[in-house]
Formats: sequence, structure tokens, C-alpha cells
Amino acid sequence: MNRKLSILVTFFALASLVLAACAPGSVEAPPVADGSDTEKTVVIGFTSSLTGAQEVSSKRQVNGLTLWMNQVNAAGGIHLSDGTVVKFTAQTYDDESNKERVQELYTRLITEDNADFLISPYSSGLTAAASIIAEQNGKIMITAGAAEDDAYKTGNTSLFQLYTPGSQYLLSTVDMLKTLDPSARVAIVHENDKFSTSVVEGLKPYLESQGFEVVLEEGYASDTTDFGPVINKIVESGATVLLGGGHYPDGSTFARQLYERKAGLKFISLLVAPADSKFPELGEAALGVSTSSQWELSATHTPEEAAALGKEWYGPSGQEFADAYLALTGDKPTYHAAGGYLTGLILQKAIEAADSVDPDKVRAALEALDIFTFYGGIKFDTRAEAHGLQIGHEMVVAQWQRNDAGELVRQVIWPANVATAAPLYPIPMP
Amino acid sequence: MQQFNLLLASLPDGILLGFVYGLAAMGLTLIWGVMNVINLAHGPIIALGMFSTFFVYSKLGLNPYLGVVPIALLGLLFGILIYAVAVHRVINAPHLSSLLATFSVNMIIIGLGTAALTTSPYNVDFFAGSLQLGSTTLLGTRLIAAFVTLLFTGGLYFFLYRTRPGKHIRAVANNRAAAELMGIPSTRILALSFGLGTMLAAVSGALIATFFPFNILSGGGYELKSFVIGVLGGLGNPIGALFGGLILGMLEGIIPAFLETSWVPVIEFGLFVAILLVRPNGLFGAKK
Repeated sequence: MNRKLSILVTFFALASLVLAACAPGSVEAPPVADGSDTEKTVVIGFTSSLTGAQEVSSKRQVNGLTLWMNQVNAAGGIHLSDGTVVKFTAQTYDDESNKERVQELYTRLITEDNADFLISPYSSGLTAAASIIAEQNGKIMITAGAAEDDAYKTGNTSLFQLYTPGSQYLLSTVDMLKTLDPSARVAIVHENDKFSTSVVEGLKPYLESQGFEVVLEEGYASDTTDFGPVINKIVESGATVLLGGGHYPDGSTFARQLYERKAGLKFISLLVAPADSKFPELGEAALGVSTSSQWELSATHTPEEAAALGKEWYGPSGQEFADAYLALTGDKPTYHAAGGYLTGLILQKAIEAADSVDPDKVRAALEALDIFTFYGGIKFDTRAEAHGLQIGHEMVVAQWQRNDAGELVRQVIWPANVATAAPLYPIPMP
Repeated sequence: MQQFNLLLASLPDGILLGFVYGLAAMGLTLIWGVMNVINLAHGPIIALGMFSTFFVYSKLGLNPYLGVVPIALLGLLFGILIYAVAVHRVINAPHLSSLLATFSVNMIIIGLGTAALTTSPYNVDFFAGSLQLGSTTLLGTRLIAAFVTLLFTGGLYFFLYRTRPGKHIRAVANNRAAAELMGIPSTRILALSFGLGTMLAAVSGALIATFFPFNILSGGGYELKSFVIGVLGGLGNPIGALFGGLILGMLEGIIPAFLETSWVPVIEFGLFVAILLVRPNGLFGAKK
């Protein structure tokens, strides 16, 4: 019996030694001793919504980020002056569009996966949850798909916002309306979430300052499917223009029902949903619906524009990005995809400028950043009361119109200097 | 006056929607009434009904209503399968066992559905016209859905009260031991009842798909509404569920005329708790 026991113990001891020797990461790679460059792999941690309400836009954001990572690694990484070659690897999980899960996963990314830098999940709500963890651990987080302003006004020093803040989202749409129909009566109907509410907080005073009458302001729950009662309220209010929406699921449902019920609005602008390439699946209901867009390929920014503004140009052209994205995903890029790409590009630029991957040096480089890319200007607020808020980027207004072939295409209709088509105003009645 | 106009515009719409809510709830309450099982796979089955309509319309290119009868039959067979695989062995166990069994089915359907269909919204781009009556717009899809619901409700009533298997179902629901003593094959009847409940859920999903975009998770909201309706209409009373659905639909039409639409779920579920406190067997349920 004792002999059997000792054989068993010896077997387990040997097995443990073998397993320990084989365990990944248990032995550090020996330093390169032949005088060539040292390679440093930087871990980028983020969650994405592979399932749940934010799936559509989140996947596009991740596709953009993946494209950047593929490109920078394929190009040999970033070469620092001390001979270090920086390459990147992604550590990512499905957050299921769930805030609680986001907090668990970002904690794991920081404490277990040792992520060097973080990218935000998609949507303001999820990012607000993730930002608390990033800030507690002093990790730099570049946020995309997170336009709400408040997260940057609570004394955070580790967040850097890519998108134009939510409070400014629809201001260019109001400027356009001012030229099209200054007497328009406006209904604001929006999703009751962080992002859409922050958009409305900026929109309503601006509308009133421009002399527009706001005849209805109403919020709806994120999981609303029946917009019938809301549409009846819009019609009853006498509104001629609708501004609002929220994210893809509710926005696409809202647009479809506005069409079915012949709401008779002259202009409809919804957040997020019309910016997605899936939106034309609504068919005729998509026609005339507009959105504020962070970036459109047809009005992409150029080195000439950067030169005219006296800004440094950085990164590929919009067409180069679009071609590479199409090759990777088989899909045309939306602004969510461009946003994902830019998070990586900004980090790359900051590491190059800092000539280091040291978080403090990269943070300082991000604070000093003032560049122009195909996506537009990038500059962060460095004041303590709004640290990391995006102040260099401007939006365009895009609208679904029919082209000469009768296909639904998204045209840029504002600002006038970059517009690819005149606004469809009023929208044709169904 | 504005409120009155809003009420006129929204109430008929809510009532039409209530028919379909009622149909979904009928399935849940039928299963509860016959075998005291809460079917937590009810929501995903509604979602599968939605995807079936999508398949019929978008992939086969057929009128979505042509799919209703085949979807009903598939729903019936699927329900019998779920009963045989997951429910039958725990039918006499404590409620928690059947609850966990149907929850497992729920998770399996959602897991497979998410892997195969993702959680992106799907849209059945079908318009059946609309009827304009003053400030009220009645959508064709909702009128047809209400009509189909009435047909299924009538059919269910006829089946339960005029056919031998239907009478067997009522006998098993009333007293399973006594029914077995009378020679009624209770296992087959329970499987049939579960199949019928699943069929009603699938058909309601098939009809809802013509109203709203959906994904594999969309059934969850209708499952919750079905619980509220079950309480309104009387737990275990499938015909009462139709009235419960109509009441819920009316509330969804009335509340937004006076309050923000985000108050609708607050009031719905507040009502749910209030009725459970006052009448635990539901508004139209029998007193104990």
C-alpha cells in the first residue's frame, strides 16, 4: 500500500514539474543578446459587445481597431530611439452590452491580463462603467463610441475622448435647419440613456438660442419597440422636424414606424442608427432620414485641409483606410469603424511622440496631441474640469438619399463646404 | 383636448397590439394551468417565431402570413419535443426543478440563436398598408394580427371545449390522478398541452415580427408581459389571457397620452404587484 502511495506521489510530483515547465508565460523570454532590437509587446485591453443591444456598432469599432493593429504589426511595429520595437496584441472579452460585466472584465484586463493600455467599450453607458475601473488603476483609456460629456468632467486624468462630445452632436444639424427652415417646429424624442440625454442637454438650449420652437420633448426606454404612442404625440404636437433617437435597435425601429404611420415630418434626424450600413435594410423607411456623423468617407479629411489649418497630418488617407477595411471585413466603413481605427492610431502617435511606452510619458504626449487625420482633428482638453474631452473634432450631417441608380446612399449634406448633395427637405411623403 | 385626441389616436393601436400580447400570454398560461409549470423558454420560442417569419418573407420571398400555419405546426412539434426532453422527468418534482429545466432550454435556445443569428436586429420589411380614421392610423399588419389572434383563440376554445383531446386536457388540468383513473393517457396529454402553449408563443412571435425589428433576445420582453397578462387574465385561464392582453394593450395606449412613455413599464409592473397582493390568482382567476 505504502509502495503504491509513494509511486503515486512521485508520479504527481513529476507531472507537476513537467506541467510547470510547459506552462505558457511561466518562463520569461531571454533578452536578445545579438545586438538587434528588443521587441516589446504592448497589450491593448478592451471589451466588445459581441452580443446584446450594442452589438452592431461595437463590432464595427473592434473591426477598425483590429485593422490598425494588423497594419502596425505588419509594418514592423513602432521603433523607439533606444532600439525597442513596440508591437501590439489585443486582449478582449465579450461584455454582452452589460455594465456590470464591463466592470468585472476591465478589472480582469488590468489585474490579470496586465493590459498596458485600454480602449473603451462601445457606448457612453458602458464606457462610464469601464472608466471608473481605468481611473482607479491609473490606466490610460482612449474612448471611442462614448460621446457623453460627464465622464470627462469628474476629475478623471486617464480618459481621452475620440468622439465629438454628445452636447455638440446635433448643433451642426441645427445650423443647417436654420438655413433650410428657420420657422421649423421641433420635437425632441430621445432614448433615456447617458449618451442621448447628454445630446439633448446640449441641443435644447442651442435650438432655443437659434429661435426654434421646441414643441415636444420626450424620452423613451432603451428597450422600446412600440413607438406608436410617441409618434401620435409628435403628430399631435404639430412638429415639423424630429431630432432625437438613441442607438441602433431603437433608432431603426423608430424610423420604420415613422414611415409606416406617415408622420408627415419634413425632416428627421436620429442618432447613431442611420450612420450604420445596415440602415437601408429598412427600405423606403430609410429615405430622407439623417444623422450626425463623426466621419464619412465621401467627406473625408485630407492633408491639404490639415496644411490649410496649420496642423500636422498623421496616418493614412480616408480612401486607404476604407480600402483596407473593405479588404478585411468585406464591408464599407462607418464612423464607428473609423473611430475604432483612430483609437489605435492615436495611441501609436502618442507612443512615437513619447518615444516610450511608459504610461506617464504617453499620457503627457496625448495631452500635447494636436493632429489632423482622415477622421479630422484630434485635440484633448487639458483643463482639470474637463480633462480628456475632445475639442479638436467636428461632425458632419449625413442623409439617406437615392442616387441616380435608385440605390439608397448616405450623402453628406452639411457643412456646405464638404457636402456631397443638397439636403432632401422636406422628406417625400410615403 | 390634446390629451383626448392622443387617446383617440393611441387607444385603438394599443388594443390591436393587446390581441397579440394576449396570444403570447395564452401559451404561457395554458402550460401553467394544465401542469403547473412556468415555461421560462417562452421568450426564446416567441423569438424563434419571429425568425420563422423572417425566413418565410426574406429568404423564401413569400407573404409572411402564409407562414403562420406551418410555424404553428412546427411550434407544436417543438413544444412536444421540449416536454419529452426537459419537462417530463421533472413534472412531479418541486416547482424549482421544472423552473430550472425550462430555464435551461431558454439558455440553450438563446445560446444557439446568438451563435447562429447574432443579436443584431432583423427586420421584416413588410407593409400591409394602413387605415386612416381621423387622427387614428390603424396599421394593416396589426389588424391582420388581431384577426389571426381571434382565429387562434376561437380555435383553442373549440379544441378545449368541443373535442375529445381538448376535454382530456381540461380533465388532466383539473385532476391528473382522476383523469388517469378514467383511462386518459396523461403523459401524452401533457406533452400535447406543452406543444399547444409553445405553438401559441411561436405564432405570436410570427405576428410580432411584422410590427417591429427583433433579435434572438427580443422574446424576453413579451415573456415578461405574458406574466403580467397571466395575472390580469387569471393564472391558468387561457381565454382570460386574451382579455388580460387587451387590458395591457389599452394601458399602453392610454398611459402615454398623459405621461412620458417611459412610465409605461413602471405602471404595468406596479399593477402586476398590486393585483398579486389583492388577488393572488389574478383578476379573472378563481378565488381559492
